[in-house]
Amino acid sequence: MDGSRRAFLKTAGCAILGAGLAAPIARTVGGAVSADPTPGELKAGRWAIVVDVRKCLERENCRACIDACHVAHNVPLIKNPAHEIKWIWKEPFKDTFEAEAHPHLDKGLAGQHVLVLCNHCDNPPCVRVCPTKATWKRADGIVMMDQHRCIGCRYCIAGCPYGSRSFNWQDPRPFITTGIKPEYPTRMKGVVEKCTFCTERLLKGLAPACVEVCNKVAGPGTMTFGDIRDPGSDVVRMLKTGFSIRRKPGLGTEPQIFYLV
Amino acid sequence: MLEKALHGSRRYWTLIGFLSAVALVGVVAYLKQLSTGLVITGLSRDVPWGMYIAQFTFLVGVAASAVMVVLPYYLHDFKAFGRLAILGEFLAIGAVTMCMLFIFVDMGQPTRVLNVILHPTLNSLMFWDMMVLSGYLVINVLVAYVTFTSENKGVHPPSWIKPIIILSIPWAVSIHTVTAFLYSGLGARPFWLTAILAPRFLASAFASGPSLLIIFCLVLRKYTKFDAGEEAIRKLSEIVTYAMAANIFFVLVELFTALYSGIPEHKHHFQYLFFGLHGHNALVPYMWTSQFLAVTSLVLLLIPKIRTNFKYLFAICVGVIAAIWIEKGLGMVVTGFIPSPLGKVTEYGPTLLEGLITLGIYAGGFLIITLLYKIAVSVREELEA
Amino acid sequence: MYDTGKIMTGLAAVLVMLTLPFWYSAATGKAGEKHDPVLPKTEKKCVESRQYMRDSHMDLLNQWRDAVVREDRHTYVSQDGTRYEMSLTNTCMKCHVERAQFCDKCHTYMGESPFCWDCHLDRKGVL
Repeated sequence: MDGSRRAFLKTAGCAILGAGLAAPIARTVGGAVSADPTPGELKAGRWAIVVDVRKCLERENCRACIDACHVAHNVPLIKNPAHEIKWIWKEPFKDTFEAEAHPHLDKGLAGQHVLVLCNHCDNPPCVRVCPTKATWKRADGIVMMDQHRCIGCRYCIAGCPYGSRSFNWQDPRPFITTGIKPEYPTRMKGVVEKCTFCTERLLKGLAPACVEVCNKVAGPGTMTFGDIRDPGSDVVRMLKTGFSIRRKPGLGTEPQIFYLV
Repeated sequence: MLEKALHGSRRYWTLIGFLSAVALVGVVAYLKQLSTGLVITGLSRDVPWGMYIAQFTFLVGVAASAVMVVLPYYLHDFKAFGRLAILGEFLAIGAVTMCMLFIFVDMGQPTRVLNVILHPTLNSLMFWDMMVLSGYLVINVLVAYVTFTSENKGVHPPSWIKPIIILSIPWAVSIHTVTAFLYSGLGARPFWLTAILAPRFLASAFASGPSLLIIFCLVLRKYTKFDAGEEAIRKLSEIVTYAMAANIFFVLVELFTALYSGIPEHKHHFQYLFFGLHGHNALVPYMWTSQFLAVTSLVLLLIPKIRTNFKYLFAICVGVIAAIWIEKGLGMVVTGFIPSPLGKVTEYGPTLLEGLITLGIYAGGFLIITLLYKIAVSVREELEA
Repeated sequence: MYDTGKIMTGLAAVLVMLTLPFWYSAATGKAGEKHDPVLPKTEKKCVESRQYMRDSHMDLLNQWRDAVVREDRHTYVSQDGTRYEMSLTNTCMKCHVERAQFCDKCHTYMGESPFCWDCHLDRKGVL
């Protein structure tokens, strides 16, 4: 091949590559994001939830928190358990607390169902493994999701010791049977989702949907939320009322959902 | 040199045509997955990784095994591997490409893949995996290009390529170690949370990769004038023997720890694999087949008369690859999710579309290897004429 | 020249492919018609100037996205000092109402399909 033609092609290729990698043209300057806090937003040093299992078990067939959460957040209802999406649900005690369950628990506690959801761990393994920071721990402890950034690799699902995360194997919209709430986005196929501690409600000074509806139907005390670092908070007060446990504490994840048993 | 891939016998073009057709079917199947979502696979909420990631894990090992040719030749001047080195590098290129394609088709939002580079996350092993795999591809393309064009021109390769070749040795080990670390750092999956995972990966890589290389050498011997040499092939078979011995030993020590301690968290996964758990036993026949193939292959490899007979060696290498493909692919990846964090057993089996996409990627990778090997063979035939 | 037949065939094929948009649209009558977006009836002032929005509405939306989702910041101060809640559905669509009448008008003509609406909803809850 003619040497100079080859050299020309090589130079042309590099030039195109260089031009493509060149920084984008300077954008027209717009406004600025305000650093002011949003009035009315609930703030905490470290959010936590306390579930009183004994009180919750008195209402074995209650699904108030599950329905409130899933309806408010446009969570699809997919019947096939292989593809289902759930942010909060119930599991048998013996599976949720493997270490604490034994065949001779009183009142057959082992088979009864306790509430499970994302634990918003203080040392979250899902955050550690995410390659794009599509999930991260906020300053207030909430493990948040950015579905714009998620590449759908499902490493966070592999890393979660609690099975709290769900992947959208398909477009979820046809499965949102309860009527889409326009004020909260749905998700698209190919991204992971989970409980995000109702950040959109905390913004408006409201309690998470599950806690609010539980207080309404079961009275205060079954589900409590608050700032675990605030000695005067409801959660700290609740935890003083009895013995509490967490899921799989030995893994060092520091889960922030406490169960009064 | 590239034009050598454009001229070939009828047999060559039939192979190219066949591989292209299978690859095309895979592309069409993937388009279906792109539009509908990963729901078309057999994956589930409990088993989020399956066939695609299993193939990626297996092929990273094959890619890393190029080091088993590079190290003796470039570091220890083992001249017998001289003719073989380019085949090892081309195999690595094909294998790494397949790895990257398998990761790509597994992603839920593949158009966002650049997010991994735009938002580098140093604590994520997946970020590092992307870095080391890309780097390994670049290194192998560079080394293969420079050394082979130099050979074609009849000159010594430039001296600056030597440090890059030496770099490829620890880099090869790193790609598979990083991939093992992807799994072995997760407290959520006790089956993978074992320090021996990385050594196991490397041992199985150094058994399966050179086996594939031996098969390629024997095929090239039969259908072309390219002869890697008796000594080179025999040395490769010795490498496979030792690596297979190490691999089986590692499996046995894992079984000991899990079964002797009797700790359910450790035991359950092996129970599921070899005996079934709670009535679920889909993988049991495959695991026993894999172990049978592995042990039989090792025993046969240990007998010099059989190992040096290349007809038997071909069959043994197929057995080695099958054994490790089952054990590392299905056995390792899927079992990590069984039982689930909440104690459930959800079994996994690939769907037809998933299989077609997988075959399509394999065809694409073998297409690249065929084209590259054709160049190597044709150039060598010319040089030796 | 060598391989005249192959080269001429190849050149013809490339020419056909390059001019595809023109003759395909003409043949099938599927050429897109330019429709102007339906502007809000009452509100005449947007978050930023028309020119800025034309050039950079995607940059603005990305800035809002990162601020709201990743930094828990919700107030935007525009160039003229007005404060807005950063929200596609609650702010942008409060005035522009229906994506089919506003956003899609230009996007469809340009062959653009941004994936905002895979997740977000306009005020009519239209998917």
